[in-house]
Amino acid sequence: MTQATGVVDQPTADTRRSIRSLLASTEVDTRLLGMVVALAVIWVGFNVLSGGLFLTARNLWNLSVQSSAVGIMATGMVLIIVSRNIDLSIGSILGFVGYTMVMVQAIWIPTTLGLGFGQPYTWIVALAVGLVLGALIGGLQGWIIAYLKVPAFIVTLGGLLVWRGLVFEYQSGQTIAPVDKTFGLLGGGPTGSIGDVGSWAFGLLACVGIAATLVAGRRRRRKYGFPLRPLWAEVAIGIVGSAVVLGAVWVANSYFWPESLAAQYAQQHNITVPPGGLNIPTGIAYPVFIMIGVTLVMTFIATRLKFGRYVFAIGGNPEAAELGGINTRRTIMLTFVLMGVLAAISGAIQSARLNAGVTSLGTQNELDVIAAAVIGGTSFSGGIGTIPGAVLGAVVMQSLRSGMILLRVDSPIQDIVVGVVLVGAVGLDTVIRRRSSR
Amino acid sequence: MKFTRKFAAAGAVLAMLLSACSSTSSPSASSGGGGGGSAAGCTIGMSWNNYQEERWAKWDEPAIKSTIEAAGGKYVANDAKSSAETQATNVENLISQGAKVLLILAQDDKAIKPSVAAAISRGIPVVSYDRLIEDPGVFYVTFDNVEVGRMQAREIFKLVPKGNYVFIKGNKADANAVFLKGGQDEILKDAVASGAIKNVGETFTDGWLPANAQTEMEQFLTANNNKVDAVLSENDGMAGGVVAALTAQGLAGKVPVSGQDGDAAALNRVALGTQAVDVWKDARELGKAAATAAIQLCSNKDVTKVSGGSTFTTPGGNKVASILLKPQPITKDNLQVVLDANWIAKDKLCQGVAAGSVKGC
Repeated sequence: MTQATGVVDQPTADTRRSIRSLLASTEVDTRLLGMVVALAVIWVGFNVLSGGLFLTARNLWNLSVQSSAVGIMATGMVLIIVSRNIDLSIGSILGFVGYTMVMVQAIWIPTTLGLGFGQPYTWIVALAVGLVLGALIGGLQGWIIAYLKVPAFIVTLGGLLVWRGLVFEYQSGQTIAPVDKTFGLLGGGPTGSIGDVGSWAFGLLACVGIAATLVAGRRRRRKYGFPLRPLWAEVAIGIVGSAVVLGAVWVANSYFWPESLAAQYAQQHNITVPPGGLNIPTGIAYPVFIMIGVTLVMTFIATRLKFGRYVFAIGGNPEAAELGGINTRRTIMLTFVLMGVLAAISGAIQSARLNAGVTSLGTQNELDVIAAAVIGGTSFSGGIGTIPGAVLGAVVMQSLRSGMILLRVDSPIQDIVVGVVLVGAVGLDTVIRRRSSR
Repeated sequence: MKFTRKFAAAGAVLAMLLSACSSTSSPSASSGGGGGGSAAGCTIGMSWNNYQEERWAKWDEPAIKSTIEAAGGKYVANDAKSSAETQATNVENLISQGAKVLLILAQDDKAIKPSVAAAISRGIPVVSYDRLIEDPGVFYVTFDNVEVGRMQAREIFKLVPKGNYVFIKGNKADANAVFLKGGQDEILKDAVASGAIKNVGETFTDGWLPANAQTEMEQFLTANNNKVDAVLSENDGMAGGVVAALTAQGLAGKVPVSGQDGDAAALNRVALGTQAVDVWKDARELGKAAATAAIQLCSNKDVTKVSGGSTFTTPGGNKVASILLKPQPITKDNLQVVLDANWIAKDKLCQGVAAGSVKGC
């Protein structure tokens, strides 16, 4: 609206400026937009190289499930890194808590307490035990870090060793399988999904949510006399947002149940299979559903709650935050409690997905999670980072891994590529940020 | 387990204090030993690299200890807790405790070499236990890992003589991952050359992690639109991940999967029919063989004279005297073997298996 239209002798500079001002008026995070573009490039690139395999409903659905555990933890890692700390122990916490949850459902409830397998309450008890345990472990580490002032790097490095070591003490390293049937749904798979009707309902609800947020935001700005976004920008954001949501739902619903599972289902429900095969839409998987929920809640916590503002304030300037009356110690401790809970959720998803409790669960996850948060624009110097960015970072990482397996690239080369991308992405981001602040 | 570890530590301390005494008393003890299978008065030292792993405490050590004690020898041991430096000290320690023969499970096959060389030069024979130490003077006792790969391939090949194969290999830094694939290739190479078997996916798996194997399998299934007929997974943990990926596609039990280690969960899968073969290595056999070799070395220090020994050419080009034990493939037809050996309890093996559907359950 504000861009000049009359200047003819500098067309390129002018168009560039007008695109920038267009973007500025929508107030879209350009870094996030850059990541979306990078992700699109990766996806299209893999799709071409794999002969059209990558951008199939099935592969994208796989990708969403494979990204969920790391994505969930990355949201918590953002708050940790933003407040100038680090958590190296999450992989081990995930392993310990995940294993404990399987112990609860496969040994303690059925055998130790003698209540038997397949009880209706088994999954929820196991999950509750896991969440509480995750919070306690996170709380303990957070307390040592915040109140005893031991550096987070050291405390969580110790945690990495301790929690992994404790897993071995349970059953001297054995794999325990299988998990409870209901609990297993948390891991996804065709049966662990909300189906087409549920997915569409969720998609529509999300569209309504987007519209409501935009309207409420506009009203609030007007109330406090803040500058308003141009109306066309609001509408454009609403349309693009809804399109993305509905598109994702459409993709998830275009992935049909595998033939043999569909045939089994048909047999059990006395459905005659049509000649073209029975097409049961899968819909959004539970772990992905959980990841979306976690992302929304964590975004709300980070941007709308006092706690979230405090975290960013502490990261920006710890001394000022403390002098400003923020209870920095409590705030820091709480970020670790949150992290512990998120690691527990991921532990539940991963052990459900694997249908077993294994001692190595979550090994090296801390590295993937930190990389996801950092690729997603979280800065190690504190105070900067976004939750959706970190989730996108997790998707970028997993896209690279899954795409390379599709192309049959062996794991040593995968590691090299991921390493180069990590440093390259953060390096590029740092350079751009320095230039724009100049 | 905790108790024995503490006990071993206490023993080590005590031995250090008494090392002066033992060094004077041991020569007379060793001169007494003479006959073939007797180890009367002979002290045999065992250096563990990491006693925390389940199998050493549960299976290997009792077998070693009972074999030595049955022959009238004395068993002393210590644990390096995954530290190569500690292990070097531990080896010294065992020698000062009067050990006449050493069994070493090396933490690091290179870092341990000076300690091994020192022991051999002092006339103390060294048995390289389960993991190879690249020194021509050692006696090497292990399961034949190439044979494990052959067995996996043989069993799967019997079921699927032609079709699309996926290979899920172990950690790239682990020599065993390569040995295993070498054995598999030996069996399959003709069928691969003739085109009967097509390799539609092959990858190493960081850290042998089951979760990574699951992701790999999901991607291979996607890439081949589920047209995978057999999976050669190098161990049981990864086989678990593979089966989870197959289950999500309704293919578990239809696509044969291999494994090794005799994990309880994997043997249960064999009984359920979702894993075709689990190559089982009875650690007790390994312990017994190593202890028997050590007992012979008490009286005759020449490692080439150990009965049942043969020459093994190492990847480093050394020729070492060795015993390579044969593992045992477990399929749904011979589950009784692991039950008879008391390796696994019946209720664990048969959990969720319909009674009478397979032999043994």
